[in-house]
Amino acid sequence: MDYLAVQLFNGLANGSFYALLSLGLAVIFGMMRIVNFAHGAFYMLGAFIAYFLLQQAGVGFWPALVIAPLVIAVAGMFLERVFLRRLAGLDPLYGFLFTFGLTLVIQDGMRLRFGVQGQPYSAPAELSGTVLLGAVSYPTYRLFVVAFCLVASIAVWFVIERTRLGMAVRAATERADLTRALGVDVDRWITPMFGFGLGLAALAGVLAAPMRNVSPLMGSELIILTFAVVVIGGMGSIAGAIVAGFLVGVLSSVGAIFDPAVEGIVVFALMAVLLLVRPSGLFGSIETR
Amino acid sequence: MRLPIRATVVAAAAVAAAVALPRLIYPVLALEILVWGLFAVAIDLLLGFGGLLSFGHAAYWGVAGYVAGMVARDLGAPFPLAVLAGLLGAAVLAVPLGYLSLRRTGIYFTMVTLAFAQMLYYVANELRPITGGENGLQGVSRTFPGLSLGPSLSFYYAALPLVLFGYFAAYRIVHSPFGHVLVSIRDNEARAQALGYDTARYKHIAFILSAGLAGLAGSVYTLGEHFASLEMLHWTTSGQVVLMTVLGGLGTLWGGVVGAGVFLMLRDFLSTSDLFRDAPGVVTGAIFILIVLALRHGLWPTFAVLVRRGLGRFA
Repeated sequence: MDYLAVQLFNGLANGSFYALLSLGLAVIFGMMRIVNFAHGAFYMLGAFIAYFLLQQAGVGFWPALVIAPLVIAVAGMFLERVFLRRLAGLDPLYGFLFTFGLTLVIQDGMRLRFGVQGQPYSAPAELSGTVLLGAVSYPTYRLFVVAFCLVASIAVWFVIERTRLGMAVRAATERADLTRALGVDVDRWITPMFGFGLGLAALAGVLAAPMRNVSPLMGSELIILTFAVVVIGGMGSIAGAIVAGFLVGVLSSVGAIFDPAVEGIVVFALMAVLLLVRPSGLFGSIETR
Repeated sequence: MRLPIRATVVAAAAVAAAVALPRLIYPVLALEILVWGLFAVAIDLLLGFGGLLSFGHAAYWGVAGYVAGMVARDLGAPFPLAVLAGLLGAAVLAVPLGYLSLRRTGIYFTMVTLAFAQMLYYVANELRPITGGENGLQGVSRTFPGLSLGPSLSFYYAALPLVLFGYFAAYRIVHSPFGHVLVSIRDNEARAQALGYDTARYKHIAFILSAGLAGLAGSVYTLGEHFASLEMLHWTTSGQVVLMTVLGGLGTLWGGVVGAGVFLMLRDFLSTSDLFRDAPGVVTGAIFILIVLALRHGLWPTFAVLVRRGLGRFA
């Protein structure tokens, strides 16, 4: 029973990363119709920025939680302006291939410099130690990650689904030309939204640094799992990204109770089942190409 | 069946080039170009003619490699049987995976194929007793009664007919009524449906055929390398073959061979440089970015013009 509880919390912690990453993917896809393969690479860069800030400048976890997403967001806006803008209007496959190439360059470039070995990064002192949850003690930091990601996800959901700014963004997503005709400057929002999506990836990276080792390959498998999460949740659906993220995290960890090997399979099995019974995903509407 | 004269001349020239290739460059590289070329053609069959980008064909290339490797090593079967087993294994696997992946279209389809291939990578890594896990399937030998296929050059010529058969099959598929329906689905699926074609079925069959060709290529590759590696199932493999296809030119069928040739020669050329040895992804990725930004038509149009000029001198 205790083990089940621990695994449940582990699942929520893992799910937090899926949720944050697929949220960023959904925002970017909604705005630009680009499936950002490099999302995992920027997650990794976020973790590395936190690591460098600590090593080189003695800047700790809390400032890094703000600085890293900002740095990546600015880099992302530059990337959108210089390269991705040229791909607007083309088949989405070119955006996918571009970001795939970018992933290889970033990932192997970092590997060239740092090797594949992970660098340790410790949780801030305030969050070290464990908390007693009923009968089991659980690492404080992981609880913090779950709470933080839950709040961040809901905040993003609120901004996009419940505010005027979000309304403009959603309108641009559904019918860009009609939105333009109504006097909304759609293109003005593309660059910041791309930066914002990447910033979320970097945020996930900083949060992951104390839990997982900081290594050049940390985002490489994660991005593909996140794609599966996105398919499960329904692409472009903000709520779907969040719910599917936590759902996959929890089911995987609970599955590990029966057999550790099950953990890696759950997400794919869930995806297969959903493709059979509800191809557009949990929260997906009728899909557009 | 009558082939047009020009097609016959081109085909003869291509076969002659395939026969001469291992004399010009070393045989291992020649075999690699031959099979990666077929792999890229399989991708183009699906993407260039069906409009479906599979980013998970490493699954079929890799699973075929493991099946062929096991049949050759554990059953001692002659190599064409091992290749056949690998091809069938890939095609059978493509029946359920293709069905599920094709429940989505466009870029979603791409993501699903990628995820399923990753699942197989994970499974192969977990099934250590059967697949050898991270070490791969080692000690695969190729045999055929009455032939000694140890040297790379001998195996190249022994395997050549099988691979050429794959190329020929791709040509026949694309130029058959089936191929034309496939193109019409790519261009306007709703209209093809309105004309009475069961488009889902056509796409599924195209997927299985493409997986079979990828399996044929992967089987020969494994026998050529003497082992099946876990890397064959990795997503970078799927990416690499798509790169070759796009580099060659989409919808050209043979462009993939040019793409594979250029890419592998470049890799061979760069293999002595430090950058490439330690971080091949930097080079591969940079090529990807370059193609997408500046060379979306691929190399084939340029290449075709050069070949036509060359042939024009003789005809």
